[in-house]
Amino acid sequence: MALSGIEIYKLLPKTNCKDCGFPTCMAFALKLATKQVELAACPHVSEEAQEELAASAEPPVRLIKVKSNGHEVQVGNEVVLYRHEKTFYNKPGIFFRIRDDEEEAAIKAKAKQIDEYQVNYVGIDLIVDGFAVEAVSGDGKTFSSAISAVRAVSQRPLILISGDPATMAEGLKVINGEAPLVYAADESNWEEMTDLALQHKASLVVKSATLESLSDLTPKIKEKGLADLVLDPGGRNFNNSLVQNTIIRRLALTKNFRPLGFPIIAFPGNMEDPTLEVPMAAQAIAKYAGFIVMDTFSPETIYPLLVLRENIFTDPQKPIQVQPGLYEINEPKPEDPVLVTTNFSITYFSVANEVEGSGLPAWLLVADAEGMSVLTAWAAGNFDSEQIAKDVKRFKVADKVDNKRIVIPGAIAVISGELEEELPDWEIKVGPREAVDIPSFLKQAL
Amino acid sequence: MPIEFPKDTWSGAVQEVTIGATADEGGTRTSTVTVGGEKTLPFMHFEAKTPHRPVIALEIKDHRPEDWSPLLHDTWGEVMDDPGKWAKAAEEAGADLILLTLSLNDKDGNPNTPEAVVAATKAALEGTGLPLMVFGPGQAEMDNELLVPVADASQGERVVLGICEDKNYRTIAAAAMANDHLVNARAPMDVNLSKQLNILIKDSGLPSERVLMDPTTGALGYGIEYGYSVMERLRLAALRGDAMTQSPMVVVVGHETWKTKEAKVGQDVPVTWGEWLERSITWETVTAVTLIEAGADIVVLRHPESLKRVRAVIDNLVEEPEIA
Repeated sequence: MALSGIEIYKLLPKTNCKDCGFPTCMAFALKLATKQVELAACPHVSEEAQEELAASAEPPVRLIKVKSNGHEVQVGNEVVLYRHEKTFYNKPGIFFRIRDDEEEAAIKAKAKQIDEYQVNYVGIDLIVDGFAVEAVSGDGKTFSSAISAVRAVSQRPLILISGDPATMAEGLKVINGEAPLVYAADESNWEEMTDLALQHKASLVVKSATLESLSDLTPKIKEKGLADLVLDPGGRNFNNSLVQNTIIRRLALTKNFRPLGFPIIAFPGNMEDPTLEVPMAAQAIAKYAGFIVMDTFSPETIYPLLVLRENIFTDPQKPIQVQPGLYEINEPKPEDPVLVTTNFSITYFSVANEVEGSGLPAWLLVADAEGMSVLTAWAAGNFDSEQIAKDVKRFKVADKVDNKRIVIPGAIAVISGELEEELPDWEIKVGPREAVDIPSFLKQAL
Repeated sequence: MPIEFPKDTWSGAVQEVTIGATADEGGTRTSTVTVGGEKTLPFMHFEAKTPHRPVIALEIKDHRPEDWSPLLHDTWGEVMDDPGKWAKAAEEAGADLILLTLSLNDKDGNPNTPEAVVAATKAALEGTGLPLMVFGPGQAEMDNELLVPVADASQGERVVLGICEDKNYRTIAAAAMANDHLVNARAPMDVNLSKQLNILIKDSGLPSERVLMDPTTGALGYGIEYGYSVMERLRLAALRGDAMTQSPMVVVVGHETWKTKEAKVGQDVPVTWGEWLERSITWETVTAVTLIEAGADIVVLRHPESLKRVRAVIDNLVEEPEIA
């Protein structure tokens, strides 16, 4: 939250001594507001003022990077409470917990399965970000072995979980050179944990019983020189984590409250009812979590969560679009059908995937509907008979096909008459309303 | 050092709306449902109590819907052939209220008739004591043709008629006014179009305690974030005092999520999609929970297992923990 010239002026000595090289403190303040000069140019600014000015230049929610060989997870740097105000910038990292007291073979199998998991959604490959290895055993050697086992099959970034500095130290040795996330420092061990994090260039989770005590602890750690912090406010239920996360985000954004200006870590796996782990993760995604540690992995439950994460973190100003044009699916020939749809990614992929999956060849005319879905674009006047006719001509569809027949989405059946007038040489056919019915339509109706 | 929690204070509140009428009130329902009344953003207990928790409706149809996912046929089975039995089963599955959606065609494949849909509505009202919502097939002219007789036949039961949209609001609102019902007003994911529709309905004479807002629901992966953000904006506007956005919100999660490929198709799909039933229930549950966070007051589902999970989430959300 950058300060204005006036706000900066209020923090300066207001003596107009000219030592900074400017005629007045106000002049200096204005220059500082536009970053044309350094605060250090003023020899008389108070320590308090210095701190406040430094704090205002920081992002309200610190950017945290967790790295390993060839991988990086970046969270934080958020500036709004509601995505529609601007956007949410950095997707929360999704990590799976591995308990060190499991058999090595089991650890390797689980980690390999999760590491390799990759699901396609509208042309994007969605993956899980990394692992959280927990020293359930309480033993440094066992902890280290578990970490090595994970590393044998995956290079994804790690969160290391142990409340005992000695155990944590052993674990950190195994991945020396990486920049993991250490969980966690609390009132009993923060000095040692901070030293370890500094030594290993790790970020550090800070946990405490209340938001108040948490905000007392983080400044102490910052004073030791570690600013890469993550918060665990302890909420393990829908009600308390929602309120805590909202309060933390509000404090960071509206009060520039530095002690809680850090990403939050969530543990949906701690729910008593295992069927609530996934809904809890969904809440965490929408409501301000930066790191989400899951316990149960299955493709059928992680796929929806990864999609939700993409959806919530899509920039509302930039709906995902594909290039308008005439696409070929399954190597169509001139006698094969032409379907038309819009260039909104979800629409395009829904339709293209169905055609592809049917195995039948078709030409897919993707009209320029400004990235809107069929009904939205039609309602906005971006996908009407005029627009479709224009794109039929623009992309020279008539040159590619013998059979001048075009299939329009069932949802806009109403335009078929108008489209016939715009394209008098063409036969207009009305296709299904839902993409999932395209394969049977291609087989039966054409 | 004590911290001051930043509390929002709002000048407006969400309208309270009651669906269903008991014998005392001129109907035959054994329970009613009241939603809305929120004075702050969803579940911010430290600012204001949640006056009415979000409620869950189960959707049934006037006859067996051939186009529904096979998994829904598996779970509901025989009762799908009889709206009275289906309504009863839905009540037993834990619904707070029932949505009866009318089909375009009757069970023989001919265009649906007022007689058939009135019979289905009466059967549903017999089969369950829960409050009822009745939505048309979703084509403006058919909706009018079918909903007006339904409204007449169910007079006194304080039924929600839907969908009321810009093309047909006059007819549906009139039917609601004549028979003491409510309407579900649907606008296509646009704050201004929602406001506009609410103004038109209000001007036609229907009082605000009989209007629900339906911002149009997008399923997870198929537009959820558009609806989500429109809902956040509508709720914020309501709390800031804009009377035209103060209706409680309805989301038809079951309808949207169960038509996705993820829910309809179990074969020849990517192996990374995992197991079909759990995937489908998760798709419905995650969509529902996300929209509840955005202020959904009535969530319409199709699968009883999703209802169980969403109910557990709501139970948890409305508890008031101590936050320090």
